[in-house]
Amino acid sequence: MARRYDSRTTIFSPEGRLYQIEYAMEAISHAGTVLGVLAKDGVVLAAEKRVTGKLLDLSSAKEGGGGYGGSGEKMFLINSNVIGGVAGITSDANSLVNYARSVAQRYLLQYNQDIPVEQLAQRLCDMKQGYTQYGGLRPFGVSILYAGYDPHYRFQLYHSDPSGNYSGWKATCIGANNGTAQSLLKQEYKDDMSIDDAIKLVLKVMSRTMDSTTLGSEKLEIAVLTYDEAAKKPKAKIYKPIEIDGLLLMHEMSKKIEEAMKA
Amino acid sequence: METSFALTGKGYVIVAADTTAARSIVKMKDDQDKIKELGSHLLMAYSGEPGPSNAYIIMPTQPTDPLLSFYSGDTIQFAEYVERNIRLYQIRHLYPLRPSAAASWIRRSLAVSLRSRNAFTVNLLIGGYDLADHKPTLYWIDYLGTVVEVPFAAHGYGSYFALSLLDRYHNPDATLEEGLATLKRCINEVSKRLVVSPDRYKVKVVDKDGVREVEL
Repeated sequence: MARRYDSRTTIFSPEGRLYQIEYAMEAISHAGTVLGVLAKDGVVLAAEKRVTGKLLDLSSAKEGGGGYGGSGEKMFLINSNVIGGVAGITSDANSLVNYARSVAQRYLLQYNQDIPVEQLAQRLCDMKQGYTQYGGLRPFGVSILYAGYDPHYRFQLYHSDPSGNYSGWKATCIGANNGTAQSLLKQEYKDDMSIDDAIKLVLKVMSRTMDSTTLGSEKLEIAVLTYDEAAKKPKAKIYKPIEIDGLLLMHEMSKKIEEAMKA
Repeated sequence: METSFALTGKGYVIVAADTTAARSIVKMKDDQDKIKELGSHLLMAYSGEPGPSNAYIIMPTQPTDPLLSFYSGDTIQFAEYVERNIRLYQIRHLYPLRPSAAASWIRRSLAVSLRSRNAFTVNLLIGGYDLADHKPTLYWIDYLGTVVEVPFAAHGYGSYFALSLLDRYHNPDATLEEGLATLKRCINEVSKRLVVSPDRYKVKVVDKDGVREVEL
């Protein structure tokens, strides 16, 4: 019965639902986890990489791209003040990221300043919303977390979903196990966290929600947005695999010391 | 002849423009406000060709009444276009454009216009108070689409007399009273030396509390 309403994204079911949108969101809840935490002096994003395997050629991911780092699957520098973390169909995400970058550059050309984060999220949502209304098209199977900075509201974290809704968060999670991660974040989040506390929290939540027992750079991506006081501009950093391993080593070391102290 | 001045001081920008509307050798009006309030903290003084004097020659197919375009002007058209667009941005995004962004947008509009068949010949001074970094800022823009951020600026024939005075007396840390005194020096010099000097000016100030008009 439901199939009559599935085939077109633009048609409501008798219960007033848009099945294609719900299916898109369902697809995202099986994708690799992406989570974001807002701190008082920055924003952290972390993502679980799903496409791994020992035959996969990661040589291009090793060095990152564009001088800002990057390990290439889920973290994208959208503009110098915004990092995007995507969950869902990667090819859909690539096209949205490309669109977002154009929007950001067009804003820069017109106003000679970086696009405010909310406006960027809004523009992408306008695009996503269009695909829930025009006939014969499927919606984007992508949820995005935007970690950004602008002078109006300083550090911000936004989430957008396939329906074209967006909202601002202090900490949130998309993708697989997002329920577990959200309740963990709800427990552990504190309002005056520094960026280091936020990184620690992100690693903790990731280690609990991911399937594998040990975290490693082959399954994890991390990006951080802070403000460079000397240069007077936001600083985006997408960690390289080797830096992620270093970060994990640092925090696992401290965990081991804690355990040793207890024993 | 048309003249406008602007100068920054400690936490404020003063923008002044003469109030005459002239056509050829005839003074049509002497109480025209040529400083638009583009927002709560943004001012724009506009001057230039008051209207395409040969409108029917340049634009034979223009739909407006030729007499109407004779009196209403190019400058006013452009100023209102800017005013409405800046307002639209604020309605859409709740916060207004920052002065630097507004100046960039206006410059771009002029640069686009310059490359069209009938370009706007408008010179502008944009004075604003930036609520994000708490600084007064002033931009000088001409009809060719040049924008420069400056501590003081002038347009029109008056600029030939005023700029040297501003060079000598401008102080970025001056109080409002001192700033207005410097402005008076410029106005007096123009009255004394310019053959066809305007006799009335409108003066507006923008600071952290917003825009307001002041009497000299």
